[in-house]
Amino acid sequence: MSLTDAPQIVTARAGFDDSHSIDRFLATGGFDGLRKALTLSPTQVCEQVDAASLLGRGGAGFPAGRKWSMLRKADVSYLVINGDESEPATFKDHLLVEKEPHQLVEGVVIAAYALQVSQAFIFLRGEFALGLERVQTAVNDAYAAGALGQNIFGSGFSLDIVVHPGAGAYICGEETSLLESLEGKRGFPRIKPPFFPAAIGLYGEPTVVNNVETVSNLPWIVLNGGEAFAALGEGRSTGTRLFALSGHVRNPAVYELEMVKHTFRDLIFAPTLGGGIPSGTGVKAIIPGGVSAPWFYEEHLDLPLGQDEVAEAGSMLGSGSIVVMDETTCMVKAAWRITRFFSRESCGQCTPCREGSGWLERILFRLENGQGRREDLDLLLDLCDNIAPGLTWPPQQTTICVLGPSIPSSIHSSISRFRDEFLAHITQGRCPHA
Amino acid sequence: MNHLTPERRQRCERLIALYPQKRSALIPMCHIAQEQDGYLSEPAMIEIASMVGVTPAEVQGTATFYDMLHTEPVGTYVVGVCTNIACLLAGGDDLLAHAESSLGVRAGGTTDDGVFTLEETECLADCDVAPCVQVNHRFVRTTTPDALDGLLAELREGGRADEIPTHGNLIRVERTTGLVADPEAIAAERAAKREEAGA
Repeated sequence: MSLTDAPQIVTARAGFDDSHSIDRFLATGGFDGLRKALTLSPTQVCEQVDAASLLGRGGAGFPAGRKWSMLRKADVSYLVINGDESEPATFKDHLLVEKEPHQLVEGVVIAAYALQVSQAFIFLRGEFALGLERVQTAVNDAYAAGALGQNIFGSGFSLDIVVHPGAGAYICGEETSLLESLEGKRGFPRIKPPFFPAAIGLYGEPTVVNNVETVSNLPWIVLNGGEAFAALGEGRSTGTRLFALSGHVRNPAVYELEMVKHTFRDLIFAPTLGGGIPSGTGVKAIIPGGVSAPWFYEEHLDLPLGQDEVAEAGSMLGSGSIVVMDETTCMVKAAWRITRFFSRESCGQCTPCREGSGWLERILFRLENGQGRREDLDLLLDLCDNIAPGLTWPPQQTTICVLGPSIPSSIHSSISRFRDEFLAHITQGRCPHA
Repeated sequence: MNHLTPERRQRCERLIALYPQKRSALIPMCHIAQEQDGYLSEPAMIEIASMVGVTPAEVQGTATFYDMLHTEPVGTYVVGVCTNIACLLAGGDDLLAHAESSLGVRAGGTTDDGVFTLEETECLADCDVAPCVQVNHRFVRTTTPDALDGLLAELREGGRADEIPTHGNLIRVERTTGLVADPEAIAAERAAKREEAGA
């Protein structure tokens, strides 16, 4: 529950057992946003989204309205919804596709109308078997209800939506890689420039790629107006946002909270939210926005959950997933496990990422298992520096996509803050936490 | 002689018709092939290649990029235990070790009777019910060794078939309609409207 009286914009139905059914959807204002959108011109819908100042909810936080404005004039273009949610500890889109599938479909139709595209694709990660079935059902329902297909609700606007299953690859969450995958190929990211999707996207045509949560906001925005959305939150961080809280908290869950008005401390400790740390120890480290983000610590607890606030403090809100690690956690093991993930998921196109991630993972493994050497710490940082020169935030890039420059985050964070813990692994010849 | 059943070939044809380019149907068709054989067999890859107009090597080269597409036989039930960060903090390592001893195979292996394949997975996006376990890509939410053992026993006896179909059955909801909006006609109409508005 939000600590402010902000409405639940994208999870209003999620508490119902039958939130995924068309009956529940229609009984709770389903398609009202779409019906209203169709009475406006596409430009007017875009203006509402601009007024809402809706930031993309996928990870990069790019303003949705500006993304759309790059495409408004093209003839053939596509809308692609990114539901490949794979950033470790991110599980908000999982909730939306299983519990609010019709809302997603409604949002897609509104976005497609605003952009005047005639075909949209919803790309869902293949591991969401139930989500795929529910979204396909919602698409079928929408066709049957006249909310999709030819001449939607008598407006003259026509649209097809295709639900497309992925097949298991983290990299496909990167938008150009997702498009390659949607074209039936390996998920190799494309180099930008020139392959910005708005210019050269799916099948080489101008394409908008929006996250599931981003478009799920659209029915509410159109119905209540962009200004009502912008009145929530503060500064650039408007509206509400889904925060996926996991790790060492009593109540791990997805919480829809008004942006900026809550702090990390609120989310982790408020009795109606995270409920505190079960072991009774303190916060050792927080991952504030997916494992690509640099870590936060106890001194960051009072930072507001806002895009700019977190960025100014040297990390990112990213995918809105927050992992809490208490005092009992081994930081070497945590950094190793995250690095092994990147090593497994590197697509292999770029040498710094492909070779670097494997090398880093093996060094961290031997450190965790007490086989490390003192010079390993400098070696780790040197390798990180080869992937993201200067180890700055936001990182410099030596690779086609941002998977590579995401690898150093956990390593640089853990060594900078917990060097003594790394050294203890070396001097004791074992993991002190094991 | 086709390898895919006529019914599945039909579903593949319908899939192909949904995309502006045939090859886009390649991965969804691989899922359909896995549904038939339990894994992505060589004759299926050859048939998919001819249907979408690429070489079999291109199908194989694409399929092997993806974790869910298995080009070797796997068990009737593929059990995935996550050990990524949120699950690690909740004891995912221990649950995986328990699954290994219960099934008598290491992660990546298949039991001798061909019923179970055990996998150590990356994040499955269900981190509030950790450690996360999936069986055939259904979230089963067995976070304790006892709950996991109970489920494995049930599956071995053919239980929960509705909820957890055999490996390869991914999306059991069929699309009810083909494409109905004609993109070219729509594009022409919109271009004309714009011209009209501009004039």
